[in-house]
Formats: sequence, structure tokens, C-alpha cells
Amino acid sequence: MMTRLGYLLLAAWFVLLASLPFHAENYIVRIGIVIAMYSTLAYSWNVIGGFAGYPSFSTAAFFGIGAYIGGVAQHNGMPMGLAWALATLGVGFFAFSLGAILLRLRGHYFAIGSIVVVEVCRLLISSWRDVTGGGSGLNIPILKWQPDEVLAFFLWVMLVLFAVGFIINLLVDRTPLGFGLRCIRQNEEAAAMVGVNTSQYKLAGYVLSALLCGTAGAANASWVGYIDPSESFSIIMTLKVPVMVMLGGAGTLLGPALGAGGFVMLEEIFWSSYLNWNRALLGGVIVLLIFFLPGGLLKFSLKKVFARVTGFATSGAGR
Amino acid sequence: MDVAQILLNGIVLGAIYASLAVGFSLVWGVLNVINMLHGSFIVLGGYLAFFGWHFYGVHPLLLLPAIAATLFVFGYTIQYIFINKVVTAPVLTTLTLTFGLDMILYNLIVVYFSPTPRRVTLDLGTFEFFDVILPGDRLVGMVLAGLLTGLLLLVMKASKIGRAIVAVRMDRTAAELMGIRVNHIYAITFGIGALMAGSAGTVFAMVFPISVNLSGILLGKAFVVCVIGGLGSVSGALVGGLALGLIESFSGVFLGAEHALTVGFVLMLFLLLVKPTGLVGTKGYE
Amino acid sequence: MSEAILEITKLSKNFGGVSAVSAVDLTLRKGELVGLIGPNGAGKTTLVNLVTGVFPPSSGRIVFNGEDVTGQKPYQAARRGMARTFQIVQPFPDMNVLDNVAAGALFSGSERSLAAARDAAYEHLKFVGIDPLASQQASSLTLANRKRMELAKSLAMKPTVLMLDEVNAGLNSGEIEGAMDLIREVARQGTTILIIEHLMKVMLGVSERIVVLHHGELIASGTPSEIVNDDRVIEAYLGQKFAAQARELADG
Repeated sequence: MMTRLGYLLLAAWFVLLASLPFHAENYIVRIGIVIAMYSTLAYSWNVIGGFAGYPSFSTAAFFGIGAYIGGVAQHNGMPMGLAWALATLGVGFFAFSLGAILLRLRGHYFAIGSIVVVEVCRLLISSWRDVTGGGSGLNIPILKWQPDEVLAFFLWVMLVLFAVGFIINLLVDRTPLGFGLRCIRQNEEAAAMVGVNTSQYKLAGYVLSALLCGTAGAANASWVGYIDPSESFSIIMTLKVPVMVMLGGAGTLLGPALGAGGFVMLEEIFWSSYLNWNRALLGGVIVLLIFFLPGGLLKFSLKKVFARVTGFATSGAGR
Repeated sequence: MDVAQILLNGIVLGAIYASLAVGFSLVWGVLNVINMLHGSFIVLGGYLAFFGWHFYGVHPLLLLPAIAATLFVFGYTIQYIFINKVVTAPVLTTLTLTFGLDMILYNLIVVYFSPTPRRVTLDLGTFEFFDVILPGDRLVGMVLAGLLTGLLLLVMKASKIGRAIVAVRMDRTAAELMGIRVNHIYAITFGIGALMAGSAGTVFAMVFPISVNLSGILLGKAFVVCVIGGLGSVSGALVGGLALGLIESFSGVFLGAEHALTVGFVLMLFLLLVKPTGLVGTKGYE
Repeated sequence: MSEAILEITKLSKNFGGVSAVSAVDLTLRKGELVGLIGPNGAGKTTLVNLVTGVFPPSSGRIVFNGEDVTGQKPYQAARRGMARTFQIVQPFPDMNVLDNVAAGALFSGSERSLAAARDAAYEHLKFVGIDPLASQQASSLTLANRKRMELAKSLAMKPTVLMLDEVNAGLNSGEIEGAMDLIREVARQGTTILIIEHLMKVMLGVSERIVVLHHGELIASGTPSEIVNDDRVIEAYLGQKFAAQARELADG
């Protein structure tokens, strides 16, 4: 009953976002694009971080590489749609090769490794000046339509990605892949012992967590018309996406949309009202989230909050 | 540039890197927490030293004990109030929490101290032997960094607190049964981590300009040093620091300064995969 | 005598120069119920870990069903039909009991869909007698029930060989009796069982054959009454006094 209501609300939310160009001002449509984009990234992360419980912080690497593959391709004359497809495949291949190595690590080492990948990508892209324009960035041909047409177009593109991200989560959840990933999250040794090919499953999860980040990165680059290494490979983004999913509820089907939507709107309020303090306020939100919403908004329980605040925390799947 | 000079530069850099990383390594090794606040702790130490020197004319070395004490109390409090509550949770939780706390601290530093790069400029002359040049501030920085790191090693080995920290690190449950107050020891450990960061920041500000924008990079250095050297031991931080200093110094000359950082990170990724325990291993402080 | 299902030849494992298992030869035949005994640290669990691929052997060969499986991965062992339980129970703590067992049916049993796996899992829960607990969280079970759940999970994998590592540790005598009845029933249905156990009394009651491991070496193999009369076993493990009692048990 609850889940059905949740799906209905999600559908309503989706329709509301899609209808923004018809009744809202451009500023709101812009926020809608950001929400749809972060929802896509959040659903992607949910596969590896939520289902499999691997603390992956490589979202910004996938996003940035997608932006650069798409951006460079467009810069050199490739049509936009083709550039996005290339970015998606390229990021998928990147995640496949990286995951084969990185997923041998666990816990803290995996977390560190996945963060460092973002930095290494940023540094490499910056120094590969001939192709990427280096630190001064790269201009990408922009759509020569009316401003509100452009906004509507990119909103709908991002919403399509959002929907695909949700569907991927839904399919993962209902198939043996999702079941195996959940087993891995709870006890990787035991998962192998019942016959889960853990390396293969984790790699599949990792690649699924990358693909749409690549598409979103490329689409975002086409929208903004300019990319540079520090914006594309941002450590803040790589940490923000997991926080969004945890805000909503990791490993759930509605949590990523809820978390991404809530977080972006919160951020928007802070940005506009407390310009000097927005970073601290976001930090405060994160701290409150850890203490007061340990299971995310969807699993809110007063008992757990009490346990955590009074210091009797013994969190579940210890890793 | 000749090899002796590059080598010396690398060693100076390495000693400073070791002191930057040793507190981070201690916290990671004992608490199993990746402390994302570490970079901002370093910056805070550097800024305090700069403002003490710039506005009140107090020599950084005189200020060092006060900075160390401030950072210790600060770190102790943060651990006691916040991190202790979730210290057994998965890495995603603890890392995210310290990142959130870091966003707050970072913002406070920007608002109250501004992000302008600051440097304590003491005129200490330059030493020259044969063709090798060593500016006085670098010499002092290297010696101080070495002393700080050595002092921590001594505390861990010889003091009662140090032994208690080692005991908790080895077996939390057993230490608890022996009557050690684990939460208190954790807070002390985190306090020492912050203290080392602040002191290293003071030293750093005497050699290089320091700015809050550097906090991420300094944190990155600490990561690299820990993984290269091995987690949780002073000797690991020393080996890792020196290795990184030499790598950066040599690759800076032969590959160009902008690649020095990349080489360090790539080496770290490589070591993570082939020998995650680092060059020294994770033996502890015994 | 029925055909061999698992043949272990000269299997050894060193951990940094310390030899945990050395040159063990052991053959299990189809449908056999074999007991593996030995003092603490004799290498019993290591032997099971080697067979199920938790780590690769230093040397030696493992042949399963005529196929050389030396150096296989744990998931391969599971899919080939080698199931095991752990000395310390290894559940998926936040899943319910049914899904814990369904994992076995889905990934190593014959079920291809989640729904079918859950149906099969329910039958196995009935068999071990904890079907009323199907929807409870695994971490909320008592130790005895957790062990039953582990057994159900292993059975759901449709194993040819089942290795039970100290299934009785921590259970009271009533619970042990219940567990042994279940194991006998599984054996009767044709599954080959290797059972690791500390309690000599239990072993003498159920095993057709007993093998003894001591300091990583296989020092004896035979029927229960042969074992309790074996001088090396008495010296290394049983002790004179207990051996006398054990002989009475074995004969009576």
C-alpha cells in the first residue's frame, strides 16, 4: 500500500517537473533540470552504493569523462545525439576497466581509491591540452534556439535519463542481479559461498552505476556550452550524490528521487538566502542527516534516532 | 638542476609531508575513520600562526604550543560529541560525517580568515654547500617537521596514553575489558591527530604560502602518504612522506611541475592494488 | 563400494611457513557420512576452506565428480555442488529467513527466478522445521535456529557434498539430537556428508567412517570402533580414559 502510494507520488513529481516549461519561469525550469540531472546521478549511484553497499565516490569521474567525451566529440563536429551515445559507451567501458581493478578493494581502501580516481582524471584531462583545452576549458557548440526552447529541451532530456535510471533500479531490484548485490552488501563471503559470482556481480553494478552519469555529463556539457576540469571533476559532486541517496534512503527505489529533489531544493534556498554560509549549511544538513536520518527519509524511525544521539549506535552491515 | 639539489628538495618536502600525514594516519589506523577534516585542520594551524605573527608579532615557534593545544581541544571535542556516536558504522557514514563537518569548518575559515594565501616570512638567510642551496626557512621547516614526528613516536611508545591508544587499536574489546575508556581514548587520538595537523600547518606556513583552498590538496597528500607508507604507524608516514617528497621533486624536474601530483596519485593507486598495506605495513606503534 | 565423489590428493597449505594442512589424502564416496575429528588447530576448517576454494592450496589436487577443481573460486565450488556451513554462522543479517535460504536456491540450486527460489526455500525451511519463522529477520533468530537456517540454505543449493563445520557448537543436548536427526535424514536421501565435530560421542553415533586430523596430517581413517582402538588417535587426541569410554559407546 505504502509503496503504491510512493510510486504514485513519484509519477506525480515526474509529471510536475515535465510540465514546468508550460507554467513556470525560466529560473524554476533551470532548477528542474538540475533536479532531474541529480536524480539520474543518484539512481546510478544507488546500484553500487545502495544495493551492493560499496562506498563508491567515483560519480564525478564518470560525469566528467562523459562531459569530456561528449564535449570533445561535439567540438570536433560530431552531432549532439551521437556524441552523447559515444559518451555513454565510453564511460561504460571506462567503468568496466576501472572496476575490474578497483573492486578488488574493500571498505576504506575502495572509498579512497574511488575518490582518487576523480582527482587523477581531473589532472590528466588538465594536462592533455591539445585535445581538452587544458585548464582553460573547452567551448562546445550550443543550440541556436530560443532560450526557453533550449531549457525545455534539456529538461526533457534529463527527465528521460531520470526515468531510465529509475527503470534500471527497478529491474535490478526485481532480478537475481539485485538480489545478489544485496547479499554482497550484507556478507560478501557468504554471498560467494551460496554461489554468487561476486566479482562479476559487482562489476555489473559498477558499470550500471556509471553509464547514465556519462550521458548526463555529456548532456550537461551541451547545455552549458563550456566545460573545464575543476567543474567537471568536482569532489563536492562526488560526495554530494551519495549524501542525496542516503538522505532519501539507500538501496530503496524511491529514495534517490526523494533525496536528490530535496537536496537540490534545500541547496537552492541556501544559495539564494545565505550566500556566504551555503557550504556550512550544507555541511550542517549532512551532519543532521547522519544523526537524525540514519536510514534516510524513507526509513525514518524515532527509535533509531534516539539510539544514535544517545550513543548506543551499532549500525547494521558493518564494513 | 643537479641531482643532489633535487634530492635535498625532495627530502625537505618529504619531512614536511610526513608531518602533514602522520595525524591522519593515526586517526585512520586507530579509529578506522577517514578524517576529511584533516586538510582544514592543517590550514587552521597555518592561519593561526600567520595571524599571531602578523598582528601581534608573536614568533610562530612561541605560538606553536598554543596552536597545538587549541587544535587538540578542538579535535577532542569533535570526536567526543560527533564521531564517537557513529565510529562503528560503515565507512560511508563516517566519511560523510567528517566531510559534512569539514564543510562547516571550511566555511568558518573562509568567513573569519578569508581565503587569501598567507605565509609567515622569516628572514633566515640561505645555506650553501658546494652547489646545493638550502634556504633557512626550509631547513627550519624540515627540522621542525622531523621533531614533531619524532615527538609523536616517543609519545606513542613511552607514555601511558600512547600505550592505551595502541591497546585500543589492537583489540578494542580487550582494551575495554581492561578498564580503558575507549571513547576517551578515541577522542584523545583524534585530538592528537588534530594537534599534529595544526602543528604541521604552522610549519608549512613558514615554508609555503597556505590558503584554505589548499585544504583539499593537503588532504590528498595525506591520503597518498598513508597508502604509500602504510597505515597507522609513524614509520609508515615517514617512509610514505619521504617517498612522495622525492617522487614529486624528481618528477617535477623531469616531467614538469604540473605532473608531479599526478605521478603521486597514480603511484598510490598502483600500491593500493598490489600492496594495500603500504611499504612499511600496518604493524602499529609498538 | 560406491564410486568416489571427492578425491583429495596430497593436499597441503602453508601460511607464511607454518603448515596448516600437510599432504592430506582423503576420498569421499557417494552417499557416505564421514566424520572429521581432531583437536583445536588441527587444520579441520582449513581443509574445508581449501576444498571450497576460500584459498588456493599450496600443493595437491582436488577432484570432484571426475573433474579437477583445484584452485576453484568459492562460487564455483557452490555451483558445482559443494555446500558448507560455517563454524560461526554466516547469515545475511538484514534479510528475512526465507530470502537467506532462497539465495542458496537461486544462485546454486536449480531455480532460475526469485519467486521459484522462494517457493523452494520454503520447502527447505519446512524440512528443518523453522518455516513459521520465514518472515523474521535472520539476525533475530536464536543460535539453534540460525544453524537450522544455515542448513536449509546449504540444502537449497542441492549439494552433492555437504560439509558441516561444527554444526553443534553452542547447542544443548536436545538441540544436538534434533540437528543430528536432520543430518541423518539428509544422508539417507543420498547426499554425501563430511561432518566436522568436537563431540566424539555424537560422531560415534552417526558416522560410517571417521578420519582424524592432527597437526595438519591425517593420522587415521576407519570405522568408529577402529578409530577408538587406534593407538595414535588415543595418544594424540582421545586420551586413555576417554578412549575406554568411547570404546564402550562404539561397541554398544
